[in-house]
Amino acid sequence: MSTVPDSQLSTPAPSKFRLALQEFLDGSGGTVLYFVVIVLCLIGGWEGAKWLGQETDYRLELGPLKISLNMTRDLNMPHLKDIAEALSKPSQRQGAPLIEILVEKATYTLRLAVIGFTIGTIIGLALAILFAHSRLLERGLMPYVVASQTVPILALAPMVIIWSENLFGSREIGMPMITAYLAFFPVTIYTLRGLSDVPPTALELMKSYAATRREILWKLRFPNAVPYIFTALKITAPASVVGTIIAELPTGIQDGLGGAIINFAQYYVSGPSRLWATNFVTAMAGILFFVTVAVTEWLVVRWKRPSNRIDRWIDTFLKNLRRVVPLLRD
Amino acid sequence: MAAVQDTKVIISIKSLNKEYVSSDGKVVRALQNINLDIHEGEFISLIGPSGCGKSTLLRLIADLIPPTNGQLTINGHSAHEARENREYGFVFQSATLYDWRTVIKNVQLPLEVMRYSRKERDKRAHEMLKLVELTDFADHFPWQLSGGMQQRVSIARALAFEPNLLLMDEPFGALDEMTRERLNNELLEIWAKIPSMTVIFVTHNISEAVYLSSRVVVMSPRPGRISEIVNIDLPRPRGPETLDSDQYFHLISQVRHLLREVHD
Repeated sequence: MSTVPDSQLSTPAPSKFRLALQEFLDGSGGTVLYFVVIVLCLIGGWEGAKWLGQETDYRLELGPLKISLNMTRDLNMPHLKDIAEALSKPSQRQGAPLIEILVEKATYTLRLAVIGFTIGTIIGLALAILFAHSRLLERGLMPYVVASQTVPILALAPMVIIWSENLFGSREIGMPMITAYLAFFPVTIYTLRGLSDVPPTALELMKSYAATRREILWKLRFPNAVPYIFTALKITAPASVVGTIIAELPTGIQDGLGGAIINFAQYYVSGPSRLWATNFVTAMAGILFFVTVAVTEWLVVRWKRPSNRIDRWIDTFLKNLRRVVPLLRD
Repeated sequence: MAAVQDTKVIISIKSLNKEYVSSDGKVVRALQNINLDIHEGEFISLIGPSGCGKSTLLRLIADLIPPTNGQLTINGHSAHEARENREYGFVFQSATLYDWRTVIKNVQLPLEVMRYSRKERDKRAHEMLKLVELTDFADHFPWQLSGGMQQRVSIARALAFEPNLLLMDEPFGALDEMTRERLNNELLEIWAKIPSMTVIFVTHNISEAVYLSSRVVVMSPRPGRISEIVNIDLPRPRGPETLDSDQYFHLISQVRHLLREVHD
């Protein structure tokens, strides 16, 4: 048995610099670098398309193919610089900068989204556990669960808001209900899958201990479903933000991102940057929610081999953080 | 085998049959007229070609599947009662560890289900890990362990509640030859430490069956039945010198001939 690895026999030993670079790229440094490169590419693509449009007078002729690049006019695609500027300037005279107002509105929307997401998750989990334990209930109710998602949320939202006003005297209470309506479905489907996708021998093991159904649920089926549940939550977290925005529209409440979107859409022609800026903040809110769920997953699902990029990224990020903040040690 | 005959019968199987309906609607006779008495402290191997029903027989003893008809008693009561009383530990071919539990928590799983106190759970799990020499890996997750180590954890888990009966379904079938040999020796050591423990061991490896067992039950397929029982009176403790003995070679060729007969 030779002690020299095969790889070193065929190729010369990599230099120290290459090793350090490799380590940097494999770690969180690489993630940051790739992220920056992709952001630069997107900015380049956006501004490049605008430049191409202007240079060709918004018409591009490739032989017989005539392409109108009207799309890239400032009205359709404002310069990124203008969007950034819109964020830093007040949108109303003597008001706070737009970014401050949008962050405030995003906080309002996110709070409602989290409430709706939580209610939806609880309902989704409860339905899944119920279905896992009763084939009859699953067969009877599942069609309605599926049907519930075929009703356009846009058509449902105004009705729920009106009911909410009549029932509770508040339009706001109806909003998380709409979000929950949207959020419970993936949780039910994925959890049900996780609860039943148990290796037969793992189940036989429990049987050999004469375990009760409840013990099988909490010691085998539910832990087995946890990674599935997080997959669902990563889908529903950003969707909850969108759901809440849709729920805001029929209420006429101006406190959230929904109100801002409607408002700036009306003034789009005079200032397209503001709507783009709002879209940007909305996307950030959704990403923030997603990342929160992903970090929670990383903290909860400690038993898995780190497999995907996000896992590994959080892994290195939190390891570095722990080095800095010894208090975070678990 | 006089010594074995003197001890009490722990498992008694009389004219046991198992039939099941296959996916294409045919009735398959998995086991036909099985008669077997197993005595306390024996190490019994069930060996035979695939389809001979050796795993089915083990699962019937474990009450993981119900028999079609016949009699099967464990310590004088039915297999179902034996399971309810938690009288056996089961080791599967795959270690079947729960991914989300650390090694020590996996060993504690049966103790949790059986409502042992936290103190007792910790004490026993540590004892068991010491027994299979995995104390240093107590806080590892299963994926961090090799296949052989995982199977040792699964043996520790099966023994944690001190059952008198250990049922093993090709436990080392997926391991390499070297690991298998080591685990065979470890298993014999554990078995020797607990004199009243009976082991029923399903395998398709002839030398493994002969090396470990006090009796080898040779089974034949279609329908599954017992064709011969071979007494293995190799001296114990067994070790490297056993593997070199003429008697060992003789017994291996005897079992091999029996298996060749049932194959034809």
